[in-house]
Amino acid sequence: MKTLFDKVWDNHIVAQEDDETLLYVDRCLIHEGSRHTFDTLHERGLPVAHPDKVFAFSDHYIPTDPQARARGVANVPDKEIRNMLELLTSNTAEYGIAKFGWGDERQGILHVAGPELGLSQPGIVLVGADSHTSTHGAFGNISFGIGSSETTHVVATQTIWQRRPGTLRIEIDGTLGFGVTAKDIILAIIAKIGIGGAIGYAIEYAGSTVARMSMNERMTICNMSIEAGGKAGLIAPDDTTYEFLANRYFAPKGRDWDEALKFWRTLPSDPGAKFSKEVELDAARVGPMVTWGTNPEQSLPITGRVPDPAQEQDLERRTEFNKALAYMDLKPGMALTDIAVDRVFIGSCTNSRIDDIRSAAAVAKLGHAVIPAWVVPGSESVKRQAEAEGLDRIFVEAGFEWREAGCSLCTALNGDQLKPGERCGSTSNRNFQGRQGPGGRTHLMSPAMAAAAALRGHLVDVREFGTRKS
Amino acid sequence: MEAFSTLQGIAVPLDEANIDTNQICPTRFNKVPSGPRFAQILLHDRRFNADGSEKPDYILNQEPYRRAVIAVAGRNFGVGSSRETAVFGLITFGIRSVIAPNFGDIFFSNSLKNGLLPVRLPAATVETLMRQLLAERGASMTVDLPNQAVIGPDGKRHHFEIEPLSKKRLLKGQDEIAHTLEYGNAIKRFEQSHGKAFPWLAA
Repeated sequence: MKTLFDKVWDNHIVAQEDDETLLYVDRCLIHEGSRHTFDTLHERGLPVAHPDKVFAFSDHYIPTDPQARARGVANVPDKEIRNMLELLTSNTAEYGIAKFGWGDERQGILHVAGPELGLSQPGIVLVGADSHTSTHGAFGNISFGIGSSETTHVVATQTIWQRRPGTLRIEIDGTLGFGVTAKDIILAIIAKIGIGGAIGYAIEYAGSTVARMSMNERMTICNMSIEAGGKAGLIAPDDTTYEFLANRYFAPKGRDWDEALKFWRTLPSDPGAKFSKEVELDAARVGPMVTWGTNPEQSLPITGRVPDPAQEQDLERRTEFNKALAYMDLKPGMALTDIAVDRVFIGSCTNSRIDDIRSAAAVAKLGHAVIPAWVVPGSESVKRQAEAEGLDRIFVEAGFEWREAGCSLCTALNGDQLKPGERCGSTSNRNFQGRQGPGGRTHLMSPAMAAAAALRGHLVDVREFGTRKS
Repeated sequence: MEAFSTLQGIAVPLDEANIDTNQICPTRFNKVPSGPRFAQILLHDRRFNADGSEKPDYILNQEPYRRAVIAVAGRNFGVGSSRETAVFGLITFGIRSVIAPNFGDIFFSNSLKNGLLPVRLPAATVETLMRQLLAERGASMTVDLPNQAVIGPDGKRHHFEIEPLSKKRLLKGQDEIAHTLEYGNAIKRFEQSHGKAFPWLAA
């Protein structure tokens, strides 16, 4: 009896030495930030073992301002940013690596565009030069983020040394309440187990709630596994997975598809398989969540109040709370809905897929933004789909800004960033100090909650904007 | 990679939990090629004001901690982004070992690839070391990799665990890629059978 994780792991063991495994890597995703990897390849004269198993995306450094995008890469004003964009082009060309970059209709954030291309498939080992690579595990595989040295190792050898992590099963049951999304579920999980709660574990998300989720929702869940410290996040493949994959560019076709499907159906964890640790979450009890502090476990339902550090028994946590409140400039006990925000960001590899854009648009059309609000689709393909559905018009008419695909204000690498002291309602994944720009303050939430905050200029319970549909 | 054997010197107490990689290397420095600039980049926004002047209150801006070679930190050190620039910052500053109750997983791996030894000790032990370091400014500690022991400012030894292969590599300063290429035949054999079993992954 094996878990999904064990099955995929065991299929990729090349060698074992002491307690480390040399794992075979099926796919490696990189982006402009992978410059250190190419620097090392050059320095040491190393070849890329399988250029056809490496895929490059322009996302971290690409401008998302439509005008800047129209002017082309040669006119990116910041020399260092332009250099990063150009390095990806020259480096991938030199080694014969496929690149989905500026001007390519398949361009997008690696964790949005990669799955759209059908690169993320059940049963594979996929690594990415970005911590949110855990996203791809939504397809029933082992996917994890790695640093630049490990990326160099992977592209040079097509393998990676790993210690086998433990397995953590998170069972999620119950029906999501009105206004509650996958983002709220994963924020609730991180609040429950902590940002270090899954260190040393690969998480398998299971249960009836997960089984009912779309692939986009599953990707949102797996995406933030790393925010709980998890090595990876996996979800058993099922018909939802196969329907998403069918006919994608890199998905198997014809007889290959039939064979793949037969294999994929063997992957889910066997009934009774042992996990190192198990956790349960009742989805019906989760409300729309927002973070109030400076790491993703510091979140509460929107109906809550900013915690009072004085009430915290644990001294270390009391210090942390005090520091977080000082940085966030919040008063203990204030209602979360009294927190005014300066701007809103809807986007990132967590929440920039078509479902996210639709749910934000459904709220946006109920009013008009009173603060700057950006909508940044995760990929060119999401952008086209949203425009075909007229969602871009809804946003523009509601005073939101409709931008080009990229990481944008989540990573704050391409020049999109908060000013010191600015407070942002954001659908991204990290509220660390300075994450969205030095001195910037971030409140994480779902796309619908972020759109609602844009209409009111403060954090607000999105459920006020509607009644439950039957 | 520089070999790691026994490290003895000034230990800086970073008395804080959850120091994520965004703090260790603020995002805007990710595009900097590895090199001497990283000594300044380490914990940049904690150490420097917006105008570039030093924040004198921050411990790394105080003597003798500018010469620290070991850091003791709270739990969840290095969680977050996969940026290896966080490790570049520590190494370039001169810190070759970080002691904490636990580490972000990717940071942990990145450290080992660069000759920075992350040492996991029980939370209570780390707290004791922290208290001793805070009480005795500029105290020295030792990290003895061959014997897998940390020697605190009070001379007390604390055993730590490390994966044998990681230990071997650090002691030799061994290059991981060269080591892996010794498995060249095993990789080739694996690729043949893997390719046959999963032909749809060929392209």
